Amino acid sequence: METYQIYSITSGVLFVIGMGGVFLSKHFIKKIIATIIMGSGVFLAFVSFAERDALSFADPVPQALVITGIVVAVASAAFALALARRIYQLTGEESFTIEK
Amino acid sequence: MTGLPTSPLPALLVGFPILLAILTLFFRPGVKALVGLAGCLLTALLAFIAFVEVTQRGTVIHTPGGWDPPLGILLRMDALAAVFIGMTALVGGFISLYAWRYLRAQDPATGGYPLFWPLWLFLWAGLNGLFLSNDLFNLFVTIEVISICAVALAVLSGKAGALKAGLRYLLAAITGSMAYLFGVALLYGSTGTLDLDHLGQVLEPGTTTTFALLVVTLGLLIKMAGFPFHFWLPPAHSNALAPVSALLSALVVKGAFYILLRLWMEVFGVGITYAAGQLIGLAGAIAVIWGSWQAFMQTSLKLLVAHSSVAQLGYLLMIFPLLILPPGVTADSADWLSVTWTGGVYQVISHAIAKASFFLSAGIVIMAVGHDRIESLRDLVGNMRITSMAIGLAGVSLIGLPPSGGFVGKWMLLKGILLSGQWWWAPVVVAGSLLTAGYVFMLLRLAFAPAREKEPFRPVPKTLEVVALLLAVSSFLIVFPADYLIQFLENSEIFGSGIEAVLKGGFYGND
Repeated sequence: METYQIYSITSGVLFVIGMGGVFLSKHFIKKIIATIIMGSGVFLAFVSFAERDALSFADPVPQALVITGIVVAVASAAFALALARRIYQLTGEESFTIEK
Repeated sequence: MTGLPTSPLPALLVGFPILLAILTLFFRPGVKALVGLAGCLLTALLAFIAFVEVTQRGTVIHTPGGWDPPLGILLRMDALAAVFIGMTALVGGFISLYAWRYLRAQDPATGGYPLFWPLWLFLWAGLNGLFLSNDLFNLFVTIEVISICAVALAVLSGKAGALKAGLRYLLAAITGSMAYLFGVALLYGSTGTLDLDHLGQVLEPGTTTTFALLVVTLGLLIKMAGFPFHFWLPPAHSNALAPVSALLSALVVKGAFYILLRLWMEVFGVGITYAAGQLIGLAGAIAVIWGSWQAFMQTSLKLLVAHSSVAQLGYLLMIFPLLILPPGVTADSADWLSVTWTGGVYQVISHAIAKASFFLSAGIVIMAVGHDRIESLRDLVGNMRITSMAIGLAGVSLIGLPPSGGFVGKWMLLKGILLSGQWWWAPVVVAGSLLTAGYVFMLLRLAFAPAREKEPFRPVPKTLEVVALLLAVSSFLIVFPADYLIQFLENSEIFGSGIEAVLKGGFYGND
């Protein structure tokens, strides 16, 4: 198995773990961490595709994309954490309860 | 791409609202609203100019920095983008006027939620950017800008209910965009390009392409609250401030639909299978029935309107199965194809206008009576004539009765369904309209009913009522340019190659 295949498969596994975590866990922080794991999977996928047989050097485009993607992911995660913190301050809740 | 006329307008449509948004941050809260409102009206004017430009010159492009694709990122304004930008400007302009008056009345102490203005201008820039993008990654960035601004707007009131709904919305949005981005990674990995035009030419059928299609579609369905991922929409939209609810329902969810439509029609030809289309159609059909039924069962006015959005978005999903012929069938004319997708776009516009008016009217009623139980509509006609009329007109457009914009959209959808031979979707459209009529008439019955006890209707600024009514009337006025708009879309040759390919058979999963 070539190196980039290991990366690609790992990225898929991370993505699925993250997606499962988002849907299955109820705790705010667990859900936020799950989205971050999903994001790591996606970025790993991009980076693993940078290696191509036709090229003797790494394709720079995915790395530029990943940088942008990480910035976006960090901003969203920070925003989500701020929201979770505020909800905790206001109501003392730390996880989604079943509503209705 | 080089043959198209260039114009600075696409760049201005994105850059101008961003500059204004940053500018508003420097002003005192009281002045912020004025600067913000002026900025919104200028942006709407700019969008109108751009729309006229496209009607006269056809598709215009802008290459920022003079870099041509594939190295540079192209902004392309074709007929479809122009129509969506025009819709955003029309609805957004009215909502800005309403927001200016509404926020000041809601919260006079701090000058009325001053952060609304920069956030709304950023959101507008994001929407314009999304409609103009011609590149998968650019679409990702713009839809993230939209999501973050939309969530920030949704939690603007700072109440616990809104915050919880906002967090749920944000998590759904992040999950959706990560799924989309994963699909983009797969597409880039297999083709080495992100440009939509180029991608449409080089993409080949295969497992990777099909999987990428599934992940991208899944992500966008989460973002546009397609069934069964609609769970975040009703709480988020009903807990927000009235002008924000209108923005979220009328414009924000349409962004993801726009990407989905472009990708399915321009790029994914090779990967689309008949079954995938039917599956999306089924999700849309369930959303229409389930959302309308839920709306019918609500006792809170804003939740009713929010569930109605889930149902109306379902109609949009139902155009996707019609784009693909069943295996083994070849068509000799593509009549149904242009009817279907232009009808879908028309449904987007009429829903945006009618739903914005509906949410704004709901905001007025809640402001007047102080709570949002549906019972509060009793004797509305006696107390607030203008708002009752707005609710009535917007409701009629949502049901799809002639001569409203909603009628044209649903009629074209039905026509597309029958012409394409997929008759099994037709009962859903009719049943959805009947259920919609059910909840709209329930509201109107209460509005005409005499009040049980003397509930005080507080006076409400006239501006608000007039804006809601103007929007409701617009949902009827858009019938007049309907012919012109549809021709404009059809002649734009956006989906030209796709249609030819369908006629030849084999392209859309007939193999």
